[in-house]
Amino acid sequence: MTTVLAVCEQRDGSLRKVSAEVVTGARRIADALGAEVEALVLGSGPASGSDQLGGFGADRVVTLTGDGFGKYAPEGYAKAVADRAKAGATVVVCAASAQGKDLAPRIAAKLGTGLAADVTDVMVEGGALMAIRPVYAGKALLKVKLTGKPAVLSLRPNVFTPVQRPKAGTASTAAANVPAGRVTVKEIKAAEAGALDVAEAPIVISGGRGLKEPANFKILEDLAHAFGGRAAVGASRAVVDAGWRPHADQVGQTGKTVSPTLYIAIGISGAIQHLAGMRTSKVIVAINKDKDAPIFKVADYGVVGDLFEIVPALTAAVKSHA
Amino acid sequence: MKIAVCIKRVADSETRVKVAGDGKSLDDAGVKFILNPYDEFAVEEALQRKEKAGTGEVVVLALGSATAQETIRTALAMGADRGILLQTDAVPADGFVTAQAIATELKAGGPWDLVLFGKMAIDDYNSQVGPMVAELLDLPCVTSVSHLTIENGVATADREIEGAVEVVQCPVPAVITTDKGINEPRYPALKGIMAAKKKPLEVKPVTLGGGSIEVLEMQPPPARKEGKIVGEGAAAVPELVKLLREEAKVL
Repeated sequence: MTTVLAVCEQRDGSLRKVSAEVVTGARRIADALGAEVEALVLGSGPASGSDQLGGFGADRVVTLTGDGFGKYAPEGYAKAVADRAKAGATVVVCAASAQGKDLAPRIAAKLGTGLAADVTDVMVEGGALMAIRPVYAGKALLKVKLTGKPAVLSLRPNVFTPVQRPKAGTASTAAANVPAGRVTVKEIKAAEAGALDVAEAPIVISGGRGLKEPANFKILEDLAHAFGGRAAVGASRAVVDAGWRPHADQVGQTGKTVSPTLYIAIGISGAIQHLAGMRTSKVIVAINKDKDAPIFKVADYGVVGDLFEIVPALTAAVKSHA
Repeated sequence: MKIAVCIKRVADSETRVKVAGDGKSLDDAGVKFILNPYDEFAVEEALQRKEKAGTGEVVVLALGSATAQETIRTALAMGADRGILLQTDAVPADGFVTAQAIATELKAGGPWDLVLFGKMAIDDYNSQVGPMVAELLDLPCVTSVSHLTIENGVATADREIEGAVEVVQCPVPAVITTDKGINEPRYPALKGIMAAKKKPLEVKPVTLGGGSIEVLEMQPPPARKEGKIVGEGAAAVPELVKLLREEAKVL
């Protein structure tokens, strides 16, 4: 039986949430192709959470260990995955996360094949693997056919909702027998403890020029806190360019593309390049004083008026329901 | 300091996308094309490093149709020394095909002290040609770099990851892909624009292989259903919360 490799991701010895999404996507492809899913975890030893990958459809969970594999080792990881793929995988599935965007192209190049990056849907038609990938920041969708042997793709985070599909999930550990490589992670400087990244948060609350000054983002942070650790604060390009907020928080075509369950745009007019970064959010709420602002065209729910009155009221309402 | 900067001509981020008659590409009628914004950081980084070294050469390389000459001229106007266009009918959908052509050219024109790319192109969102070229040239590579120092043959780079910044080191020569934050790209001055017209720009036709990513169709995203204005001011908040809870079921 052929194999679909699901390349999982760990940080500090704990499996990251996106790994369940990768295994879920890999399972869908494997079922359509009549293949098995092998979840690959790279690290210095088994990562906590690996034992749950069987629940999402991994037939096998293989931890590939190596010297210097505790932290992300781009060259070593790529070689280890490529070697494993050469042993008989037909498809290699990665996450289009910060790490996956770095790793997947290296794997594809080592295998001498193409990469369908940042995929939002997969399907098998007539035995051929197809993928949907947004281009022009979501202003269009490409349907592509992957003819690579193996085919390599990366899945956009937050799109493939993890589905319980229990399989054996037999765990094993093997030495990768490859050097970590020339590129080494020296340090991970974590942001504020517990801070969520806009690309991963289930709720994103973004602010634009309507906030008037940087200090006023406090009211957005208060609203984020009211959601109890599930929300991240994002920003429009205008306020990032003005230096009010870090680029890491920017949502849009030249920032991050996000697909949260709930996106709240506050004081953002909705320039096309911003809409491109958030239009695939499941539910969009817009709060803006200009009733003709383009953001209301994509919003499911809009509130017109002074954000300095509306946002604190919303924060209080969310808190009282929590 | 001999630095290669690989750039791309892309549709401006304000472009309204219309699908062309072939059903699988952008209708470029009326579309404004620009130097990919992330590549501007790469060009700027190369220029600053050459200026700091006091000597060297910055070579910009693009793959694309003849119209990409204009994009190369933009980089030359910023201050790059010469340009090379690998001329094709279109940029292939398979980034590995592009990477192979670029790697072949870089190999022939090297060795390089540094090879720079933008972290991704804002049209195809591939984020892959830089690290693929690094693999093909067997060079170390750091992607999405928002801060870079190079000392004693070692590059130290910050790259944004989810909720943190990773500090990565590798020896140079290396391939670096640039993110916003690494520098502030300069605007080409009139003098630079005039000078760029006289700078060498070599056009090399290339024939590309087919690759393994085939575009079947391009479609607009599904339209979002018409939303509603819940109300005005803070008075609308209770109704909004109710809708989010009961109708949208997201709270």
